[in-house]
Amino acid sequence: MSTCPQHIVDYMHEYLDGDISRDHEQQLKKHLNNCSSCRQHMHELSDTVAFVISAAHITAPPHFESEVMKRLPKGKNRVGIQNWFRRHPILVAACVFLLFMSASLVGSYQNNEFSVTKQPNLIVDGQTVIVPEGEVVKGDIVVKNGDIIIEGEVDGNVTVINGQYMASTAVVTGEIEEIDEIFEWLWYELKSIGNNFIGLIQ
Amino acid sequence: MDALVNKRIKQVLKGDQNAFSDIVNLYQHKLYQICYRMLGNKHEAEDIAQEAFVRAYINLHSFDQKRKFSTWLYRIATNLCIDRIRKKKPDYYLDAEIAGTDGLDMYSQLSSDDKLPDDVVEQMELQDRIQYEISRLPDKYRSVIVLKYIEELSLQEISDILDMPLGTVKTRIHRGREALRKQLNNL
Repeated sequence: MSTCPQHIVDYMHEYLDGDISRDHEQQLKKHLNNCSSCRQHMHELSDTVAFVISAAHITAPPHFESEVMKRLPKGKNRVGIQNWFRRHPILVAACVFLLFMSASLVGSYQNNEFSVTKQPNLIVDGQTVIVPEGEVVKGDIVVKNGDIIIEGEVDGNVTVINGQYMASTAVVTGEIEEIDEIFEWLWYELKSIGNNFIGLIQ
Repeated sequence: MDALVNKRIKQVLKGDQNAFSDIVNLYQHKLYQICYRMLGNKHEAEDIAQEAFVRAYINLHSFDQKRKFSTWLYRIATNLCIDRIRKKKPDYYLDAEIAGTDGLDMYSQLSSDDKLPDDVVEQMELQDRIQYEISRLPDKYRSVIVLKYIEELSLQEISDILDMPLGTVKTRIHRGREALRKQLNNL
């Protein structure tokens, strides 16, 4: 057999795979007619295939199905939530966006620096902003992390964040707001974002 | 059958766990058979076949329903079997009695490096002998031979299941047949 070309063995396997070409098949047949050792080889291969094919069909044990069902993860909810996420990608994106937005807003709330809206004729004394008597401030005033004392007049809104509004005989034409709670702060920020937005549109 | 399977898959994906039992029912014997022929042990075959179904259930959302479900499922199972084979050699429980022998267990065969003495093999029943010869094949030939001759799958399907080129599948089947032929002749 050692003298036989290797491609003859390849043809045998092509034959067994059932995808031998007509040309190869004829060469193989011709060769097998003349070569007893290759005939033997072919014969053994066919026997080998017949041997494996004669393996009995095996069936799964009884209760196999119920055993599998028992092993399935119980957490239907987990799958449910995953599905929900998959089905509502835009809603999920919106939630994530809001989460980050609120985080940054809360972050700026915790910023403890004192600040006040720049307006002419305001007096700043440490962390206290004073609207002196007899003066008229035109425009809004926002004070962060400080107090405001109004003795004069304000022609606009007054907002105090993390501080106190003290007034005796003040005249404020707009609204007065004092913000101490984080949610109020958030609400205020959202409102002002909304107002800016409306302002932009108009 | 594919239409039914896809319907059940959709039900499972909607959260109906019970719909999965029909899928198990349809494929349990084929899957168990692959595992048994690959592993040569009933307990392990049962364990791995069940595991394959569980993994299919967990990853069902990643299954592309335009493809054939059985191919995907068989791939999970063969991968699990190959992992198991590689994790633990030798392939036998040492105290398992060798089929067709009187009380001979694997402890008495430890020195023989997987291969049983010829006279023991000759006395085996045909079915035990087939399984024994299959389990002696190197695992890369074993999987293709099992899929081709036990499951009677096409070469293309085997190539899809094992995720390897058709040419590689053919080569492995050829070498697997030659290896088996030599095993059978050496007696």
